[in-house]
Amino acid sequence: MIRAQINKRYTGFELNVDFEVAAGVTVLYGPSGAGKTLTLDAIAGFTTPDSGRIMLDDRILFDAGARVNLPVRERSAGYVFQSYALFPHMTLRENLVFAANKLPRLERHRRIAETLERFRLTPFAARKPNELSGGQKQRASLARALIADPRMLLLDEPAQGLDVTLRAELFTVVEQIRRQLEIPVLLVTHDLEECFALASQVLIYEAGTIVHRGPPLDLLRNPGSARVALLMGGFNVYEAEVVALDPGQQTSRLLLLGSEINGPHLRGVFKGDRVALCARPEELCLVTGPGPNRIRAHVRRITERPQSVQVDFGDALIVDVPRSAWAAREGSSNEGGWWIEIPPASLRQISRANLQESTK
Amino acid sequence: MTWHPLWLSLEVAVIATAISLALGLWFAWLLVNREFTGREVLDALTTLPLALPPTVLGYYLLVVLGRNSWIGRAWESATGAPLVFTVKAAVIAAALHALPLVVKSSRAALESVDRACERAARSLGATELRVFWKVSLPMARRPVAAAAALAFARCLGDFGATLMIAGDIPGRTQTAAIAIYDAVESGDATTAKWLVIAISVITAAIVFLANRLERRRTSAA
Repeated sequence: MIRAQINKRYTGFELNVDFEVAAGVTVLYGPSGAGKTLTLDAIAGFTTPDSGRIMLDDRILFDAGARVNLPVRERSAGYVFQSYALFPHMTLRENLVFAANKLPRLERHRRIAETLERFRLTPFAARKPNELSGGQKQRASLARALIADPRMLLLDEPAQGLDVTLRAELFTVVEQIRRQLEIPVLLVTHDLEECFALASQVLIYEAGTIVHRGPPLDLLRNPGSARVALLMGGFNVYEAEVVALDPGQQTSRLLLLGSEINGPHLRGVFKGDRVALCARPEELCLVTGPGPNRIRAHVRRITERPQSVQVDFGDALIVDVPRSAWAAREGSSNEGGWWIEIPPASLRQISRANLQESTK
Repeated sequence: MTWHPLWLSLEVAVIATAISLALGLWFAWLLVNREFTGREVLDALTTLPLALPPTVLGYYLLVVLGRNSWIGRAWESATGAPLVFTVKAAVIAAALHALPLVVKSSRAALESVDRACERAARSLGATELRVFWKVSLPMARRPVAAAAALAFARCLGDFGATLMIAGDIPGRTQTAAIAIYDAVESGDATTAKWLVIAISVITAAIVFLANRLERRRTSAA
């Protein structure tokens, strides 16, 4: 378990985070420059926070108040760098020997052989890093970080710049590590797919703070605020006016994109208020004609994707159509615009923070 | 003619290079890795021998190591012989003369080492000493070797500081650079000519070697 309260100030940037993570994979997600890697570096000991406290299980790694600041080498952190950071002048085996240095001689040899085998690197043990492929380097850097039994694993954008196959392989390895080792794994990324593939918990970063946290599916179901919906991407974010409320029926009437539609039960609002709502593109559907909760719009852009076709109508109105449904509507005429159905259940009330920015 | 000055020069240069390399690497490491008060002063002091006229440097050495200084006296009471006007003094002069070069090049070399590799080494439990010996220095070995080669050439050619502190005692402290000056002064054209040729060939070989070391580093990067 890692408990971290970190405060670090630079000119024009301040990192201020406070979180606790248990064993399992926690993803630090957010845009570049939000302080994700800085958090990792503070935990590993590469940067010293201005104030705060970092604990690993029952050990204090850093405590500004008590003037404790363990050197990097005593923090038992396995750190995997974006560039892999394998020692270029050593063979793969020598890289592992360096890392396993503290183990007794016999144990060391056994462990190295075991690790090489486990990461499918045995045939390449005598090679230098520049003679290894991308995937081998990646496995080697993970193997090196794990060989000395670290008590936490820190991964800095490990999938950055990898092709699809290597990413899948990385996901498999991280998943294996999660199952086999009971240690906290912190993974920095700005890739949503990585979040969903690996995380049991996501911390969403923006401008040096954590703006939201939770299991990835919960975040997808309810991003909580317009800001988080915007950061995560993949959400339609709307501002609507409350026309009527029916708490008995658990419904509402909303003026959204110029049409009056049925909405979900809304909390803490009155008639005439403006609310922020979000819906995911795959929850909206294209329909052939008018009807309740259907609005008409003109297509701005159609993007072909592997599993679906994305239709952008502007005004933050994006619809993801499954390929099968798309094929079914082939040939239907779209004169005078398309009809889109917004099911009331797809609309989720979120806080209006940063709405202006998100609807731009 | 005698080849003694050349052999003496080579001997002095080998020892002085080793000393300036050890000291220079240490200073360079401090300047790259440590924030401490007096860092700027250390930076300036290690550059000074490059900027000062060699005779001025030699004068300071005389003041610090001479028979009336406390270092000089301590040395004399410990070993029974003065430090100045010996081969040891020539080594000190040459090492000091080469130091700025070693510090500057080693500093650049250490700064060019991938930070991530050093961080990785630390996170794998290595002490600072182990990080330096096993990671930083091997990764910077080419530019450091090039710096050592140039430092050797510089040690070989020191004149002013050596003359001031080691003197010009033929057969004892007369290095090649000083012997050439003496030979020209006294009209011994043969000695001057052969020593000049020898020093030129050795220096040219060193410069060639240093350039190759530098070039292979850039092509590997």
